[in-house]
Amino acid sequence: MHLILFFIFAGFCLAGAVNLLLQSHPITSALSLIVVMTSLAVLYLMLGAEFLAIAQIIVYAGAIMVLFTFVVMLLNAGREARTMGSRVARTVGFPAVVAILAVIATVILQAQGLGAARLSDGLTDVKGQTNLEQLGAVLFTKLLLPFEVTSVLILIAILGAVVLASHEGSVEQGTGNRDQGSERTGEE
Amino acid sequence: MSAFLQQDVPLSWYLLLSAVLFSLGVVGFLIKRNLITVFMSIELMLNGVNLSFVTFAQQWHAVKGQIFVFFVMMVAAAEAAVGLAIIIAVFRARATLDVDRIDRMKL
Repeated sequence: MHLILFFIFAGFCLAGAVNLLLQSHPITSALSLIVVMTSLAVLYLMLGAEFLAIAQIIVYAGAIMVLFTFVVMLLNAGREARTMGSRVARTVGFPAVVAILAVIATVILQAQGLGAARLSDGLTDVKGQTNLEQLGAVLFTKLLLPFEVTSVLILIAILGAVVLASHEGSVEQGTGNRDQGSERTGEE
Repeated sequence: MSAFLQQDVPLSWYLLLSAVLFSLGVVGFLIKRNLITVFMSIELMLNGVNLSFVTFAQQWHAVKGQIFVFFVMMVAAAEAAVGLAIIIAVFRARATLDVDRIDRMKL
């Protein structure tokens, strides 16, 4: 059962990733990235990380990809020119990618002591705590400071995004139409 | 056949999947010519690494690997917000998303 599920969702994952590379339209790339992330969430679930599976769907497939599709549609991004990358990418990049993949695969396949994943694993540990309880216990005691620092980071990111995406010098609030019109003529 | 299907999945297969996802992200970063798609390839790489974190957390029964993935997700959310804002600003200044034509830092 576990094996069948693994093959199905690993296949979805790889198909989505390859489709992301092959498609020339950004919106189809974004949709195939959503497929990759959702099937990764199922793989997390099989590895006993329930909280991360839900967070993957809500944060990645939900929030981040909505942002991506929103920007693709906002900028009206069309079909990209199909090239095979720059000369540096061809001569150095692809052999390097193949070499990295070969090295990682060799190391993984030769590694001793890697176990196997069972579907029943991970729901509770030896003390009978669920995954979410363990996560919360560590996150809110030992790692409380990094957790709070992350929230400050996100606050700064929100402010930075607003500052970067707004027109320079002018804050567009309320009087949107007149402002935009004058700016457009000003740019031309 | 049914005995084969009943067996457990070796964790090395999960690790191989994550390595392949990471490499596909690198390839996408190299061959894609649209700024937004290049950014999506970076997200693909992050996801590949996250999968190996979760796999090792399962292997060692340590919850810290999962916490690391949680932090990666939070930072990736912040990074996506700032990165997409930068993309909007670049598009406003250059009216293009082609990375070959965005080759100067100066506006």
